[in-house]
Amino acid sequence: MSTEKIRILVAKPGLDGHDRGAKVIATAFRDAGFEVIYTGLHQTPEMIVDAAIQEDVDIVSLSILSGAHMTLFARILDLLRERGAADIHVMGGGIIPEEDIVKLREMGVGAIFGPGTATSEPIDYIRRWREESAGREGGRG
Amino acid sequence: MASRRTDEIEDLAQRVRSGDRRAISRAISWIEDQTPAGRKLLDRLYSPRPRSHRVGITGPPGSGKSTIVSELTRLLRARGEQVGILAVDPSSPFTGGAILGDRIRMQSHQGDPGVFIRSMASRGSLGGLATATYEASEALEAAGCSRILFETVGVGQSELEIIEAADTTVLVLVPESGDGVQVMKAGLMEAGDIFVINKSDREGGDRLHKEISLMIEMGRERRGAVAAPSSAGLGLPRDRGLARGVSETAWERRICRTVALRGEGMDDLLASIEAHRDQIQSDAAVWSARQEQRLDSRLRTQLRDRILHGLWKAGHLEEWIGDGLGRIRRGEISPYGLVDELVRRLLPEDRPAGIEAGKGGDR
Repeated sequence: MSTEKIRILVAKPGLDGHDRGAKVIATAFRDAGFEVIYTGLHQTPEMIVDAAIQEDVDIVSLSILSGAHMTLFARILDLLRERGAADIHVMGGGIIPEEDIVKLREMGVGAIFGPGTATSEPIDYIRRWREESAGREGGRG
Repeated sequence: MASRRTDEIEDLAQRVRSGDRRAISRAISWIEDQTPAGRKLLDRLYSPRPRSHRVGITGPPGSGKSTIVSELTRLLRARGEQVGILAVDPSSPFTGGAILGDRIRMQSHQGDPGVFIRSMASRGSLGGLATATYEASEALEAAGCSRILFETVGVGQSELEIIEAADTTVLVLVPESGDGVQVMKAGLMEAGDIFVINKSDREGGDRLHKEISLMIEMGRERRGAVAAPSSAGLGLPRDRGLARGVSETAWERRICRTVALRGEGMDDLLASIEAHRDQIQSDAAVWSARQEQRLDSRLRTQLRDRILHGLWKAGHLEEWIGDGLGRIRRGEISPYGLVDELVRRLLPEDRPAGIEAGKGGDR
């Protein structure tokens, strides 16, 4: 009778006001059977990490179109580490140049998906990530 | 599923009691996933003496429940209370997925260490809460929340689990919520200890106010006579009906008018919530009867769930159903005959209805 749902926070950090992409991906995640916490626009890294911890999510998925991805991802990774929540996986999507994606991945960010990606790609990625991480650790309970 | 060691569970319980947010959050996950570790944890966290006041906020979709929760939280924080919020949104019956969006309207409490907000997906439960919402509130209670706010999914006319879970139930309506016939319907309208007409600056607020007042008026005359709830409840064995009755007879149900988005009427609402709490706690006999009722009903629900799942698995019912569908298709047996056969296989003592006629008046 126990179920271990994939819980994922879809967050829009920063100042850009375009949340269409975030809503499309949140809906696709829901249709994939995930529990999606959506917190709306203009989230600070502190708000995102706070929500991620209270909601005990497996993954934080950021949608960033503003160009501030390097600082925002870095800050969120730092805060998660500070609060002992480095096991929460961080991934994202938006308009992010290829060379930045390489740097972000080195920092510890998971996959980054650009415009035009089929929604099945992040979903498959998340399922694979879940299987692999379940092998490493006992997970949520 | 990794099994958890006893010391690991004890350690988590200890951290929950100390208010460690990561621990509270993890505890709620264990509880809502209904894992064996979650059950052991609940056993550790349980306190025979309730310390939190549980307030249920329910009402139709879009009536402003999240905004009201957020505004109440603001007022409670101003008094220095620790607030826990459990906000439920529906799971898709098709995919099991959910979009949990209640935090959007609760942004102003993000980062406040005195507020813990957790979104829960209903996960197949149809009563307006998730199966484990009340149990999750035990973790918040253990962590020191003096006030716990439950926000139900947007409800229609019959999602009433909130009455069981909450000490005080607030039913949020809007001027468009309905005409005289709607407010007379059984179920939801009987649930409110306090009625809120939110967005009351809109047209129709006065009319709704009149209709609810009239309904309260009519209810008052009958109230004394129906103190013992009948068994129109959840259909559990010897269900006693929902846990109302004894305590509410003395409570004069109130109507509050609010425009939550602008914070209007919120002081009045909180004062009414406080008045209801004082009322139900003022009479020790009534209060303990109410606790007893809740305990009784929670025990039944838990037992039902565990027994159902246990028997389902132990009886290999999935396989039997697969097999039975084939037999029905081939015309070998009727669906009714099949159910009878399966139940008899599972419970050899069970006899077809009628034989136990002497016990028919059980409920």
